Amino acid sequence: MSVAVLPSTLTVALVGNPNTGKSTLFTALAGVRQRIGNYPGVTVEKKIGHLRHNDRKWALVDLPGTYSLSPHSLDEMVVVDVLLGRRDDVPSCDAIICIVDASNLERNLYLVNQVLELGLPTVVALNMIDIAEARGQKIDIARLSSRLGIPVVPIQANKHRGLADLKAALERAINLGAPSPDSPFPVEFRNEVAALREVLVPAAGYGIPHGQMLRVVPRYIVERLLLDTTGYLEQSGLVSTAADGSDDKNQLHTYLVAARARLAAAGCQVPAIEAIARYAWAGRMLDGVISQPSQRRETTSDKLDRFLTHRLWGTVTFAAVMFVLFSSIFIVARPLMNLLDGGADALAGFTKSHMAEGALRSLLVDGIIAGAGSVIVFLPQILILFMFIAILEDCGYMARAAYLMDKLMVRVGLSGKSFIPLLSSFACAIPGIMATRVIENRRDRLTTILVAPLMSCSARLPVYTLLIGAFIPAGKYAAGFLPLQGLTLFCMYLVGVVAAVIVALVLKRTLLRGETPPFVMELPPYKIPSPRLVLERMFDRGWAFICRAGTLIVAVAIIVWALLYYPHDSAAVQESVAQERTALAAQIDRLPADDARRPLLASALARYDDPAQQAQLLAGAYQRQSILGHLGRFIEPAVRPLGWDWRVGCAAIASFPAREVVLGTLGVIYNLGDVDLKQSEGQTQLQSQLRAAVWDDSSRPVFTIPMALGLMVFFALCAQCAATLVVIKRETQTWRWPIFTFAYMTVLAYVGALATYQIGTWLAG
Amino acid sequence: MTTLVQLAVGACGKIVNVRGEDQISSRLLEMGLTPGALVQLLGTAPLGDPIELSIRGYRLSIRRSEAARVEIELQA
Repeated sequence: MSVAVLPSTLTVALVGNPNTGKSTLFTALAGVRQRIGNYPGVTVEKKIGHLRHNDRKWALVDLPGTYSLSPHSLDEMVVVDVLLGRRDDVPSCDAIICIVDASNLERNLYLVNQVLELGLPTVVALNMIDIAEARGQKIDIARLSSRLGIPVVPIQANKHRGLADLKAALERAINLGAPSPDSPFPVEFRNEVAALREVLVPAAGYGIPHGQMLRVVPRYIVERLLLDTTGYLEQSGLVSTAADGSDDKNQLHTYLVAARARLAAAGCQVPAIEAIARYAWAGRMLDGVISQPSQRRETTSDKLDRFLTHRLWGTVTFAAVMFVLFSSIFIVARPLMNLLDGGADALAGFTKSHMAEGALRSLLVDGIIAGAGSVIVFLPQILILFMFIAILEDCGYMARAAYLMDKLMVRVGLSGKSFIPLLSSFACAIPGIMATRVIENRRDRLTTILVAPLMSCSARLPVYTLLIGAFIPAGKYAAGFLPLQGLTLFCMYLVGVVAAVIVALVLKRTLLRGETPPFVMELPPYKIPSPRLVLERMFDRGWAFICRAGTLIVAVAIIVWALLYYPHDSAAVQESVAQERTALAAQIDRLPADDARRPLLASALARYDDPAQQAQLLAGAYQRQSILGHLGRFIEPAVRPLGWDWRVGCAAIASFPAREVVLGTLGVIYNLGDVDLKQSEGQTQLQSQLRAAVWDDSSRPVFTIPMALGLMVFFALCAQCAATLVVIKRETQTWRWPIFTFAYMTVLAYVGALATYQIGTWLAG
Repeated sequence: MTTLVQLAVGACGKIVNVRGEDQISSRLLEMGLTPGALVQLLGTAPLGDPIELSIRGYRLSIRRSEAARVEIELQA
């Protein structure tokens, strides 16, 4: 017997059902030394932690919680691939820890049975024994261990108990080698598997050695080929029936169909036979191992559920919880955001006063500091939302929320789990989109991500407030009692929601067409959320945002700065300012002598002659002479049908990277000077300017009510937030979807604004 | 054929068969809704959908459309 050369690092995979305390165990074992990334091409997160035990290094691979190893999608296939050692970016597993919920043994053993068939040294970590005991269940651990043929170690992950025993058991298991469990399947099935294995040829580099140099497909994969009627594995090209791998997918398919028919005739209907066989095995394993009271004891969790999933009280509580979540993001985050904003402003001011004017200073202040500031300012909202989500998930309420909302969401083409991400998007789409991770199903998740930006976020509110304040009369009531201003605001939010519903339904029928995914969802018992876990999740998400999305957002901010700064030709700008003065004077002359707008335009003209205002005028002119400004003039023909002139076009384009700058941009364009638009006085000034604005070639006002409404609709439906697009890229792992989102929303916004303006003008005329 | 949809709140049934061969039926089976297992209807969501079941000692919620595939035998 040769002495096996042990690898210097042992790779251990951690698998288990969701809600078994797997993350807690992972953190308890690997501490904070984790490397988190993504498996390329899929949205499965790669989590690898490291620890030392008895002078050996271990790499712990945390695989996503799953109820079964049968792969129905690319994401699930990744888990199987990691376990089979097929992935290049993860070393082959030397052992597996399967974490099991003691209060739910039957169902958890289903996965254990599948894991045993992989043929790797395995240890079962039995968690949550306290919950089982609260139910009156007693488990004979020694007997279970001997029945399973592998070590079963009791642990309490949240109290870090049993970890030393677990590590010791794992080492023993590795030294003992892989278990060779009996197959739970009936003999007819086993025979089919053996027969199929004979004719299969593994793809290059895939098979396992068998006898002398003959490579065969692992038994586990052969079984899965027979069992997976969705055909995912069949199509994957891993196996074929011809030695030269020539196209014979048809041959394989025909064989499988025939084999399944034979099995059905023999009473082993696929896919039911897997569940029947494995659960029967689980029953045999647990016979005499668990003793439980004949009547299931009602636990505190059950009592809570009677209230929380009650038709009336459940809904009321749900509304209250959602209200608290939403208000916190809106209200609590606000002062923190103002603090961060203030800090960024202070830094910008400091830089401005200590540097000579020029391109570099502008880059630092308006590009980098502004960009970095815009990233950091999202942090409070992200941290607060993820704190709530972590609490709700950990205590078990998240599943109830999805359960209560599912019917409503299905009607609009989404799923119950989409509710919280979409609700959060009313405050800010960025944490909302990041929160779609809770949606396991890929199609549902993608649909939710794509419509989240349509929820009118808090950055749109200043635009609505400004325009409504300027153009919708206050103190007027629709139907006698609904304040017109409030109603208009509500309608703008409604526009977003209605558009989202339509887009979701259309997506589900076209691009994202497919089978309705199963809703089948466990409602885990309630528990008190662990503060440590909540904090970890919070900071994990926040940090991930800063690192991955943040850098990209700053890069975009710098590009936009460049577009707004260059060419910075001072001669051309001086000339442009002179031209503007002339044009403004001509405009005033065209107005009738008693026109109300005269005094306002006259004071605007006076500013051109006031030396103190020169800097502001030049600032505006520089912007208009910039690349972005020229773009605004260039697209004027395209935006005329919306009722916009080139100034509004400029403001709209400038706000594409971040819609909240539109107020500042409008201020600059209308030469407001050093006015603080965050204060109501500044806003009033801007509103007056907007009301007085006229077209360059006539005295018609630019801002009519239909045009203002159209502008608001544009802002409601347009994707004017580079940060959101960057986050979409990060969550979907491709640039395809952010580009699609940008494109469809811009089209929607244009059409919406066009329709509003044209129909409004026609109705008013 | 009686299905889970016909089960009254609080009543129990024994599963006879799960119809279909797609992802939904696989999922139902994986989660323990296998022939021979006992299932109890615990309640329904406010709009009547989804429903909440007790199966193999834990709580599972599924949509009515999914429950319609599970054929059962009513138990006293």
